[in-house]
Amino acid sequence: MKVLKIFIILFLVTSFSELKSDEVNDVLKNKILKNIRCLICQGQSVYDSESDFASSIKLIVDKKINEGLKEKQIYQFLREKYGDWVIFDPQLNKNTYVLWLLPLLLFLVGGVIMRKKLMFTN
Amino acid sequence: MKNKFSLFIIVIFLSLCFVIFYKGLNTSNNYTPKVNEKKNIPTFKAKDFYSNNYISSDKIFEENIFYIVNIWASWCVPCRTEHPLLMQLSKNQSIKLIGLNYRDNFNNAKNFIDDFGNPYSRILIDKDGTLGVEFGAYGVPETFLIDKNKDIIKKFVGPINNEIVNEIKLIIK
Repeated sequence: MKVLKIFIILFLVTSFSELKSDEVNDVLKNKILKNIRCLICQGQSVYDSESDFASSIKLIVDKKINEGLKEKQIYQFLREKYGDWVIFDPQLNKNTYVLWLLPLLLFLVGGVIMRKKLMFTN
Repeated sequence: MKNKFSLFIIVIFLSLCFVIFYKGLNTSNNYTPKVNEKKNIPTFKAKDFYSNNYISSDKIFEENIFYIVNIWASWCVPCRTEHPLLMQLSKNQSIKLIGLNYRDNFNNAKNFIDDFGNPYSRILIDKDGTLGVEFGAYGVPETFLIDKNKDIIKKFVGPINNEIVNEIKLIIK
């Protein structure tokens, strides 16, 4: 009886952990697909699109996750095939310095102006 | 003086906005991935159209010649317009054409080849479109020119035309 109990517990633990890993993969897959731009219907993400291209990308992402590739590696794979634009979230590189640094620069300039104004009123 | 300076800043700002938006009017809002970047061919295994056996990319591109990979489908109308040009290219001895049959039905694809001729030395099946992704394709038809070092040196999105055929002929000369 004790052996049976242990067996049932072990079975439950293993089946739950399997379910969990599938769920984790699904969450990761959806996160990645929402961040990939569909090149056929360009306003949409691959996650939202029903085009042939999107369904191929969905299969590829699934395959790459099952092969054990990490999120960044999958983005890198797609960047190599289609360029930076295919990813919604742009990487920091020489083409996107202005995009990333301009808000920071504007924030700093605004801060300096505010500080000067405050000092002037005081 | 201060008012004049503010006016000057506003004019500069508005002019800058005008230039940016005016330029935006003329640029296409459809993105096409960079087409002429040298890339090595992907390594893959694919099903042969006629034998149904799996074949590796090393075996497909084993000869020391130029290759053309053409993505086509029987349901694709522009593929019909480019087909005579592919037939013409296939007569060239210094190049081999590999066809990638994209998301197609076997019988329809076979009828297409029987009706219009077979320019390909080998046809591969890409049932779910994933092989096309490995090449960086996103539609059909697309054509890739591969040099002797097995690098993709040119990519043509859409049907090829006489101009493209002449360009390919010049490169493989």
